[in-house]
Amino acid sequence: MTLLEIKDLTQLFSGLCAVSELNLNIEERELVGLIGPNGAGKTTVFNLASGFYQPTYGAILFQGRNLAGLKPHQVSALGIARTFQNIRLWKEMSVLDNILVAQHFNLGYGLGGLFFRTPRYLKRESEIRHKAHELLEIFKIDNVAEEKPGNLPYGMQRKVEIVRALSSGPRLLLLDEPAAGLQSADVTELIALIQWVFDQFDLSIWMIEHQMKVVMSLCSRIAVIDFGKLIASGTPTEIQQNPAVIKAYLGDDQL
Amino acid sequence: MKRFSVPLLLIILLLTLMGLAWFEIIDIYIQTIILFMGINIITSTSLNLVNGNMGEFSCGHAGFIAVGAYVSSLLSVALFTKSKTFGAPLLPPELAAYGFPLVLIAGGLAAALTGLLVALPSFRTRDDYLAIITIAANYIIISTIINIDQIGGARGFMGMKRVIFAMEQCAEIPWMILWVFLFMVLSIIIIRRYMSSTYGKGVEAIRQDEVAAEIMSVNTNRIKLVTFMISSGLAGIAGGLYAHTVGYVNPKSFDLLKSTEALVMVYLGGMGSISGSIIAAIVFTLLLELLRPLQIIKWVAIPLLLIIIMQFRPEGIMGNRELGDIFPRLKKFYKFK
Amino acid sequence: MFDSFLQNILNALQWGSFYSLIALGYTLVYGVLRLINFAHGDIVMVGAYIAFFISSLLLGQYGMPAFLPGWAVLALTIPLTMFFTSVVGVTLERVAYRPLRRKGANRLYVVITALMAGLILENGNLLVLGASRKKFPELIEKVVYKFGSVYVTNLKIGVILTAILSFIGLHFIITRTKVGMAMRAISYDKFAVPLMGIPIDTVIVFTFILGSSMAGLAGILFALSYPILDPYMGMSIGWKAFIAAVVGGIGDIRGAFAGGFILGIIEIMVVAFFPSSYRDLIAFSILLLILTIRPTGLFGVAQTTKI
Repeated sequence: MTLLEIKDLTQLFSGLCAVSELNLNIEERELVGLIGPNGAGKTTVFNLASGFYQPTYGAILFQGRNLAGLKPHQVSALGIARTFQNIRLWKEMSVLDNILVAQHFNLGYGLGGLFFRTPRYLKRESEIRHKAHELLEIFKIDNVAEEKPGNLPYGMQRKVEIVRALSSGPRLLLLDEPAAGLQSADVTELIALIQWVFDQFDLSIWMIEHQMKVVMSLCSRIAVIDFGKLIASGTPTEIQQNPAVIKAYLGDDQL
Repeated sequence: MKRFSVPLLLIILLLTLMGLAWFEIIDIYIQTIILFMGINIITSTSLNLVNGNMGEFSCGHAGFIAVGAYVSSLLSVALFTKSKTFGAPLLPPELAAYGFPLVLIAGGLAAALTGLLVALPSFRTRDDYLAIITIAANYIIISTIINIDQIGGARGFMGMKRVIFAMEQCAEIPWMILWVFLFMVLSIIIIRRYMSSTYGKGVEAIRQDEVAAEIMSVNTNRIKLVTFMISSGLAGIAGGLYAHTVGYVNPKSFDLLKSTEALVMVYLGGMGSISGSIIAAIVFTLLLELLRPLQIIKWVAIPLLLIIIMQFRPEGIMGNRELGDIFPRLKKFYKFK
Repeated sequence: MFDSFLQNILNALQWGSFYSLIALGYTLVYGVLRLINFAHGDIVMVGAYIAFFISSLLLGQYGMPAFLPGWAVLALTIPLTMFFTSVVGVTLERVAYRPLRRKGANRLYVVITALMAGLILENGNLLVLGASRKKFPELIEKVVYKFGSVYVTNLKIGVILTAILSFIGLHFIITRTKVGMAMRAISYDKFAVPLMGIPIDTVIVFTFILGSSMAGLAGILFALSYPILDPYMGMSIGWKAFIAAVVGGIGDIRGAFAGGFILGIIEIMVVAFFPSSYRDLIAFSILLLILTIRPTGLFGVAQTTKI
């Protein structure tokens, strides 16, 4: 079953072509990598997939549904969650509140309920809290539930951001350079974490990553883009030997 | 015990104030100052919702206060009193005491709708553009009132004292103290409930990182709209109470200077702190009255004092904390949500 | 009909000149500091008063022998006023704004401080000088030129020309000089600029000098055109000039210049066709409409958000 279908996706920024006629599918229960040199348009693809940009041409279909015209919060409600290259947690809110706010897609009460504290509102609020606590416990970070993310070590912040993304129960999780800025011990831990998330949750993961160690050990399939174009796609071993990829990363002289 | 301590305290406070006024232990002047405190608390806590919690910069709060003041005054005068503008009362004046809260709420709704109109164009703009839109809205509202001659135009509108008299026909109690107190508590409850819900936490998320909020499923436009409408609606209620306390409204009293006062209270108290806004409203009202004998020096002394305070506490009196955060022991004695 | 239209346009250009000069000051400070300097309107008022005292002094009001003709007094008053007004502006920055910036206060606290500083200037003036209004001396003899049925005074031409020349001068400073480039650099990236060895505080002080001297100039021109001075004269015109700056696209001096003239033209035209009490209502509705259609203002560039 295809989860995400990208068809002829093109994104122009005032004439500059950031993504060009990209075609790519993500299947159900798949862990896919997206790599490419700096400025290749990887994050732009993620921004398009999370609804933050509207594509200039082409379409993105999620579970057969076209994302065109949807706002990011609607896309997220459909089941696409993401993390950010430079961690974007709400720094002055507790870790728990960070998780709570990510439940906005499914609050299940209206403003009337909120102001009059209806039974339904109280029930939903306690359910949401309960679920958040549960998730924090699963990831063994319930001890920092009341901490502000700004006070946590960097690796921990990465983890919190992944938990926040997972808390909306996504079918597709987009990880934008999860290993950026981590020390090598933390990277090993991160690889284990992502693998564990993939095994435990019923979802697909698509990640941008520069550290080959991470991509090669996790992904079953890797897509490579350069100058906004898909230049290769295949298993890690295929990619490692693909001449186009080597050329993109190392230049012509090496061949 | 913990659950009832705050309501009990509030009821005792209300009864004490009404008793003091009833037995004329405090004169009309002091009563008015107390009423202004209550009204200013509504003004500052409501503006704090937008400027403090949401981190936007709304500069025209007085515009919404004006809408509430005029709509509720016109309604109450038309409904419950005999006036030159509207002729005989439309409803029996005995109903004034029951109808008054409804009239206030109508004023609040009108202000909230105005807030909706103001907030809509602000979605397409960013940063400080809300400041400009609200300043312009403040000018437009005042200018509109000035140009409607039927409601007094630049001369203002009066007759609200007769509404109070009508209420006093019903029962001879200090009505305004009751109403200001009730609506002050009500608006604090509304704000508190809003901000402590998961829905309201989206407001904080917008302030800290709007992009992340939108991508993490927060409908940012809708929340901004709702928050702005709650804020302007409560300002409208404050306006209605103000108009009936003073008994007279004039478009000049809702100009940008009034908006400035509201801003001062919010930032003096600390952005995003409800208790900060309450304390700042009380302090500011007292300051205005205590320095009244200084006349014009007052308007040099108060800004100077505020500048000095901000130099020493650049985050306001409370920062973004609440009373319970600073004195955790207090939390043992009350529960207020 | 056409003549009266032309007459209105001329009046509008004069009226817009004040707004433009004031809006330039707003936009300069905003561009560099992201600070809405709400005291700016009152700096204009201070400028007008400074001009009043300097010219009165030179005309022999305070016991000094008067030996200069009117035009020479004016020629001396303009630079002196610009100088003293910028002293006031820079003092404000040093005493009130900079300490707050240093403490890392939320920038809105600086805005509130600016509002308070404005109140102090207004009411302090009232306190010191009393409630009696000052009559600005007539420094140059009024000459009326008549074209058909259109009247133009030398003052009107002077005001409009001065505004245009100051804009050109300012544009030159911003685009061609080192300090101007530093100002623009700070508005792009205030973190990188100090790392490049640019003394950020010096640039900020220079910005305030430029903005306040423009305000001083606006103060003189305003006082020459409407010679009754009053402490609250700067408040309303200041708020409005800020709106003009935003409609033009705040942070861009071309925007501020154009925005000022647009507001001037709208206001004069509204008064020409409607009762004057409708001025604010219609003028601000039009401005809001412009902002709704072009949210970044006329010259503002939409920024793309990066993730």
